[in-house]
Amino acid sequence: MRYLTDRKRAQGLGSGGSGTQQHWQMMVRSIIMVVLVPLFVITFGMGLGGSYEEVLAYFSRPFPAIVMGLALVVGIYHLMCEAQEAIEDYVHGTKGKLTLVAVKAFAFTLIAASLFALVKLAL
Amino acid sequence: MVEFALPKNSKITTGKTWPKPEGATNVRKFQIYRWNPDDGKNPQVDTYFLDMDKCGPMVLDALIKIKNEIDPTLTFRRSCREGICGSCAMNIDGINTLACIYGLDEVKGDVKIYPLPHMPVVKDLIPDLTHFYAQHASIMPWLETKTNRPAKEWKQSIEDRKKLDGLYECVMCASCSTSCPSYWWNGDRYLGPAALLHAYRWIIDSRDEATGERLDQLEDPFKLYRCHTIMNCAKTCPKGLNPAKAIAHIKHMMVERVV
Repeated sequence: MRYLTDRKRAQGLGSGGSGTQQHWQMMVRSIIMVVLVPLFVITFGMGLGGSYEEVLAYFSRPFPAIVMGLALVVGIYHLMCEAQEAIEDYVHGTKGKLTLVAVKAFAFTLIAASLFALVKLAL
Repeated sequence: MVEFALPKNSKITTGKTWPKPEGATNVRKFQIYRWNPDDGKNPQVDTYFLDMDKCGPMVLDALIKIKNEIDPTLTFRRSCREGICGSCAMNIDGINTLACIYGLDEVKGDVKIYPLPHMPVVKDLIPDLTHFYAQHASIMPWLETKTNRPAKEWKQSIEDRKKLDGLYECVMCASCSTSCPSYWWNGDRYLGPAALLHAYRWIIDSRDEATGERLDQLEDPFKLYRCHTIMNCAKTCPKGLNPAKAIAHIKHMMVERVV
């Protein structure tokens, strides 16, 4: 129980002073994904169904490897940011903060592991 | 934290069924949410029957008839009965709207009436809008100027005045904010569509000189950016306004400042 005026309760701690950069970056990433996802589907689809050696050779070529790398980094990072939005929406307090840390750690580990696998394939 | 079920003391039970009017041929069934803070019981839905040949055309007419002729304990807000005061906002047939301008002919089947969703209930159909009003006050809903007051008036061109159309008509009925899932889950921090529409009304006002300060106030992941363009606000607004568009304009101005 706290005796706060309605106005103080509504104002809370005031403005956090951020949000626009995150919003803008999300818009930019969304536009990038519009181009990147079809490119990824096409290049990945073309590599499908080959033998191990053929797939290795395919991903040693710069274009499929770069598209795959970009799709992994931008895609997973975008997914992480969207997950952050959902967590901020639905999970509050300490639980929310811990979930955010866990999701970010998972996302960055996934990016690192994917890039490692891609580099191993490509080089 | 999001809640998937109602708290125990909010679970709705079946309430009293009032008798049908005698001799009436055109009868309609009304199911109305009732909750009395003084009796310690859970909320209930009472059933009323009205002779539609002796009832006005709007939902508010039916509510007033029930209160006057059947059950004087039924509690709801109403004042202007023409969509100007915003008092009689409630959830009718699943839609947040104003009872005074919502026709009974727009409802198919039984008429189900509940208070505005996800707000604390004071009694029956009356939600507690204290926080909602305080959020509105927090966006400084008045003209802020720094220049000395002119001798006659603050002038505004016809074009600039037109920019306020679709904004100034808001009657603060809270239908939009209480239809917004973001406001349901984060209403303590997210300002909600109504307050943001009003914020934009002052941001875009050519006479206002606190545009930067107003935008600074909204620069927050929760106050503004909880809006995910769900558009329930625009769909439900009984005045036909589009708060989501106003919020999009604010976001656009925010980006203009930094990019």
